Amino acid sequence: MASPNVIHVLYNDDDILMNAVKEIRANHYTIEEVYTPFPVHGLDKAMGLAPTRLAITSFMYGLVGLSVAVLMMNYIMIEDWPRNIGGKPSFSFHQNMPAFVPIMFELTVFFAAHLMVITFYMRSKIWPFKKPENPDLRTTDDHFLVEMHIGDNDLEKVSKFLRDTGAAEISLVHNEEA
Amino acid sequence: MSSHYEAPIREPLVLGDKSYHDISVDVGAPVLGKANKSWWIVFSIALVAFLWGLGCIVYTVSTGIGVWGLNKTIGWAWDITNFVWWVGIGHAGTLISAVLLLFRQKWRMAINRSAEAMTIFAVVQAGLFPIIHMGRPWLAYWVLPIPNQFGSLWVNFNSPLLWDVFAISTYLSVSLVFWWTGLLPDFAMIRDRTNSPFQKKIYTILSFGWSGRVKDWQRFEEVSLVLAGLATPLVLSVHTIVSFDFATSVVPGWHSTIFPPYFVAGAIFSGFAMVQTLLLVMRKVSNLEDYITVTHIEFMNKVILLTGGIVTVAYLTEYFIGWYSGVPYENYTYLSFGAATGPYWWAFWALIICNLIVPLSLWVKKLRRNIKWTFFVALVVNIGMWFERFDIIVICLSKDRLTSSWAMFTPTFVDIGIFIGTIGFFFVLFLLYARTFPVIAQAEVKTILKSSGAKYKALREAGKVMNGSDKRTSSSYKDFNVMARTPVANSSVSEGRSGFDDNNLEHEPTVNADALIDSEVKKDQIDQMLVRVGRFNPANQTADDLQKISKVGPVMEQNLHQVGIYTYDQVSKMTKKDYDLLDDIIPSFAARAERDDWADQATKLKK
Repeated sequence: MASPNVIHVLYNDDDILMNAVKEIRANHYTIEEVYTPFPVHGLDKAMGLAPTRLAITSFMYGLVGLSVAVLMMNYIMIEDWPRNIGGKPSFSFHQNMPAFVPIMFELTVFFAAHLMVITFYMRSKIWPFKKPENPDLRTTDDHFLVEMHIGDNDLEKVSKFLRDTGAAEISLVHNEEA
Repeated sequence: MSSHYEAPIREPLVLGDKSYHDISVDVGAPVLGKANKSWWIVFSIALVAFLWGLGCIVYTVSTGIGVWGLNKTIGWAWDITNFVWWVGIGHAGTLISAVLLLFRQKWRMAINRSAEAMTIFAVVQAGLFPIIHMGRPWLAYWVLPIPNQFGSLWVNFNSPLLWDVFAISTYLSVSLVFWWTGLLPDFAMIRDRTNSPFQKKIYTILSFGWSGRVKDWQRFEEVSLVLAGLATPLVLSVHTIVSFDFATSVVPGWHSTIFPPYFVAGAIFSGFAMVQTLLLVMRKVSNLEDYITVTHIEFMNKVILLTGGIVTVAYLTEYFIGWYSGVPYENYTYLSFGAATGPYWWAFWALIICNLIVPLSLWVKKLRRNIKWTFFVALVVNIGMWFERFDIIVICLSKDRLTSSWAMFTPTFVDIGIFIGTIGFFFVLFLLYARTFPVIAQAEVKTILKSSGAKYKALREAGKVMNGSDKRTSSSYKDFNVMARTPVANSSVSEGRSGFDDNNLEHEPTVNADALIDSEVKKDQIDQMLVRVGRFNPANQTADDLQKISKVGPVMEQNLHQVGIYTYDQVSKMTKKDYDLLDDIIPSFAARAERDDWADQATKLKK
């Protein structure tokens, strides 16, 4: 990873990109990152990315929301002030449970949705004043960019190979941070 | 590619010869351009209506609810009618983005952004009414279970009005993050396309630094799917809970178990009608007719037809149960013989005509695909659904159990003014949205371009390869070096750059081909071509009439000028390599030059 140089390979079609990514991986080159203007279905599989666990977190957040609703309403309605409001039985939670269902449901959804979205923003490191990191402005429009480290590979050989994968543009970028 | 297979029976969802870039351009145009006069006129009208409504709200709150037309019998009328009406309108947005996503309906993609915007703005209007219809709205925070100095005095969780608080605020906030998360890639597109530093700054903040990495997209899609899965029951629950305001009461005509599904169906019915009303105008004004096609309109009309049918069944059920129950009080409910002939007969029949009879015309395919008729029906449905809520609330309250408390309701100008104000506020928000937000989810539309775009469908039907892989195998593609000029270090591996000054990073000044070219590499390739065939210097050369070459028309001549070819001398030096390049760059070039032997003709014309 010490290589100061990365190459940016631009493709102008998602199908060419898919084939290219498969070929690049088949030839044991390492793809650092791919930037695309829209979700290219199956690209994460082609790149060998692990599936995301956001849905699992959402489920757990939902359970938290449900518990919050139950504990809150049980404390307020049954334990703290067990009043007689319109003849509703306030002796135990389950007796008055049907009236609590709407809020139990809403809070479950509320927690599951919002906490998952916040988790997504944090995991993907996006927030209002975050600086965009796509190296080429065209990648949000109609171009697809594959970023690779050159490492010990021969630049000429790599670029010849990338050209054959259908690249529209290849450029060498000096990575100053490395 | 098999992933792009689609049954030939399906109509294209993106019309015209669109590329990915065209989608960005079309969606970005209203944001990057300037508002026209009609936008300002409509915006001013909406703003005036909003300010008028605001005045009415201030008057109500400062003077008292007595300025409305309510009385001791009818304590809810226009306020809650409008509340339920706006909440109902807000339901189509989530239906389109969430339910249609779960059902993998591709046609949702062109309309979901605006439908969600409509949801947000409609729920904001709805959210006003629970506050302003309070006698003491400054104590509204007491509905929240906050620990307090009254020995911790809590709220009562048995009331549907409190459920409303939770339902509406959850619905608004979840819809908002769903909408905003979907907007991130589109804001990023605007951010990267704008030339104005101010817009760049704004859209950088709005887009949260979205960069479009594969992992981001993978999470993005999962989040969208889970949110859709959560939003779908949310939509059903929210309007169910709103219907509980009535259904859990003991008022005849309100106390009905059919209300939850019936209200939800009505909400989708009226919501889609509002989407139609807005989109039929927007597609015209914002030039989005290639994306919001007649097919989309027809699909939405089919949903209106379906939900209208469900609502009709509910009407008939209510009417039947009113009679079948044998309860005498049911005779004066909003859907009873008494309502049809009583003092509110006009409201009853407005409901029947607007919601039951007029939408039936959509069974006719010609009318379903007719834009003007659709607009008319959509307006009628919006009116009819307002009457449905008015009838449920006012008719049932006006003749309750005790004849001594029977009463009539007449709205005052304040009732009407606040309603007009919310319509104005809604349009203020929607018009601002249409000028500053990407109104079509371009990132999503790009994913269906190849499966549902008219161009690709035509190619597929002609039996041609359409996945772009033909591009790379064609001889022309591989002949060129794709190494970009910057940085200079690359030139060590580039071939065919002889006679080319690597230190001169400027491109040919005679080339004005930005409209034709999408990459630096192609600019380089044109530069290299001009090195081969000679450059045109306007200072000491005059352009030849290239149209004298066979099959060169005015458009082709202009294209040739754009890539810097002006003289017979240049054309005469062109070889197959140059033809291949032009073939790649100029649309409709199609190896014409080679076939017609341009070089030969130009050599003759030179003399």
